[in-house]
Amino acid sequence: MTLIDTDRPPTVPAKEWRARKPSLLLEGDHDLCSGCGEPIALRSLLEVIEELGWADRAMAAVGIGCYTALTPLLDVDMVQALHGRAPSVATGLKRMRPDRLVFTLQGDGDMVNEGLQEVLHSAARGEAITCVLLNNGVFGETGGHMTATTVLGQRTKNTLEGRDAKYHGHPISMTDLLPPLGGVSYVARGTVTTARDVERTRRYLRRALEAQIAGDGFSFVEILTMCPTGWFIPVTEGPGYLNDTIAPVFRTGEFKADGKIVETQK
Amino acid sequence: MTRRFVEGSEAIVEAAILAGCRFFAGYPMTPFTEVLDHMAEKMPLAGGICVNAESELEAVGMAWGALATGARAATGSTGQGLSLMQESFSEITRAELPLVVVNMARGQSDYYQSTRGGGHGDYFHIILCPIDIHEAVEHIQLAFHLADVWRNPVQIYGDYLLAHTAEAVELEAIAFDTLPAKDWALDGSLNGTGGSRNINSIGMTKGNKGIEPERFWKRLQAKYEAIKIAEARHEAEFLEDANYVVTAFGTTAKFVRHVIREMRNEGSRIGYIRPITLWPFPSQAFCDVAGSVREIGVFELNGGQMIDDVRLAVLGAAPVAALGGISSDESGFGVGPLLNTDVIRSILEAAYERATGEEKDQ
Ligand SMILES: Cc1ncc(C[n+]2csc(CCOP(=O)(O)OP(=O)(O)O)c2C)c(N)n1
Ligand code: SF4
Ligand SMILES: [Mg+2]
Repeated sequence: MTLIDTDRPPTVPAKEWRARKPSLLLEGDHDLCSGCGEPIALRSLLEVIEELGWADRAMAAVGIGCYTALTPLLDVDMVQALHGRAPSVATGLKRMRPDRLVFTLQGDGDMVNEGLQEVLHSAARGEAITCVLLNNGVFGETGGHMTATTVLGQRTKNTLEGRDAKYHGHPISMTDLLPPLGGVSYVARGTVTTARDVERTRRYLRRALEAQIAGDGFSFVEILTMCPTGWFIPVTEGPGYLNDTIAPVFRTGEFKADGKIVETQK
Repeated sequence: MTRRFVEGSEAIVEAAILAGCRFFAGYPMTPFTEVLDHMAEKMPLAGGICVNAESELEAVGMAWGALATGARAATGSTGQGLSLMQESFSEITRAELPLVVVNMARGQSDYYQSTRGGGHGDYFHIILCPIDIHEAVEHIQLAFHLADVWRNPVQIYGDYLLAHTAEAVELEAIAFDTLPAKDWALDGSLNGTGGSRNINSIGMTKGNKGIEPERFWKRLQAKYEAIKIAEARHEAEFLEDANYVVTAFGTTAKFVRHVIREMRNEGSRIGYIRPITLWPFPSQAFCDVAGSVREIGVFELNGGQMIDDVRLAVLGAAPVAALGGISSDESGFGVGPLLNTDVIRSILEAAYERATGEEKDQ
């Protein structure tokens, strides 16, 4: 392990945190819980849009979930869509403004429960949009209820003894459903539990948006996010719980890139 | 000017494109299907987009997104399809987006669906109800104009007859007043300046935590009150000395108007009011005659829907009678035995005699 050399002054001057703030993020208060993974995911997305040079040409369609309470701080033109309906709204945006970067923000309840047909149809149509799924395995917003992505055994408000396949059915993985569809160019899943994972997720987001910019069709990034409140665990245990119980079921990595299914993920 | 013999659905599509519509998304359903067919064929030729949406839920969502960019956009369907769209209709309306909806209804039983809507929240659509294809060509253009003027959805209430019969019409663009630029439309150009936009239905604003629904919705309510005053439209005939007034809407009114003109010619003091806008309802026209008529007869082909609006308009100042009723052939598309001038004539004559005590001069 290399130690920081404290005998000489740092080569880079200290920066205020504001200097690191993405230009698309407004300063202000929000209602999301401590330890929530969603703000990290959204910040990463804003950073990548800025890095790609598309900050003043990006538009979003946003679903309904906890992240909705964060949208006042996202300085990006957007339509507040209904629960589940963002991919169609994004389709309309993109069809009329093909010169713009169009993305959706949706939770697992929003995308995989309420609006599964929307995302699948938009993907198969090859809409040149990027759908971002914030998957925490619960309806965070309503207080931690089971969604279509809740893993087997996971306790939620309405699976008190844990999700039982016989009674509650099986979880759905978007990275199983999307890659076989013809219109899809890019599919990946990351997490935001560690700095290394945030960096990987940023890379996935970048590649997804690049696919859109290149006109390669539909792109998708799922981000597993901590929800300590909805999981009924202490804030500090969020990343560990995610890595131990959710990440083994919903594997991370790239599942489709440049329009080709990544064979090692099969 | 050139007159062409065109089917209603085709005429409506051509007039919509003349009005600047450049986005359409829909899902087939009789009698709306031909509107989608013509859109799919003609929209790309006009440089626009027509998406054959995988469901009505998605069709209306796509139109929603297109509208948010400032484009003139429309969707449409028939009763069931519009039922599926109601959740989005409510959001789009309260987000003040100028959607145009082409409703080719299966008859007249969807009056409540159109004028009340099945969605959540306090909202209204302006409902234009053409009597024939000639008027539909005007209405669809007016619809895009009014939608932009008020930043509120406008629906065309048509039906099987309107969609599937042909008339000789002039397809010319109507010149309306110039409208202000859509400075609310999204393009991303204000991102990062603190001035980006959020098109929503609950009073969310950028940089501000929480929502402001009450202030937002009260402003919308004031807009609806202004629309009620400015946009109520109707057609009337023979009201000056009428002691019986019949009202009807849409293509059915064409049959009713014909019979009333005949009865007038034969000496009956009978008059006619046709609401052209189903919302806002032309209540004043009914108030104005309520004191001088023996009865207002409502001829509608449903279980009794518009009759509520007539009653609310006259508030007991005149008796209001239901003259129509549910009427359908085996297809269920709304062309039933009551849609027949001989049948209508016997119904109106009986009502006239009952209410006025006057037998028609033999
Ligand atoms: C049609 C409809 N049904 C239900 C709701 C209530 N609702 C709001 S957010 C939400 C769950 C959101 O869960 P998810 O998409 O996973 O987002 P999270 O809160 O976990 O970020 C539900 C059920 C709604 N807004 N609309
Ligand atoms: S409930 Fe969960 S998803 Fe919602 S803000 Fe809290 S931690 Fe985040
Ligand atoms: Mg969730």
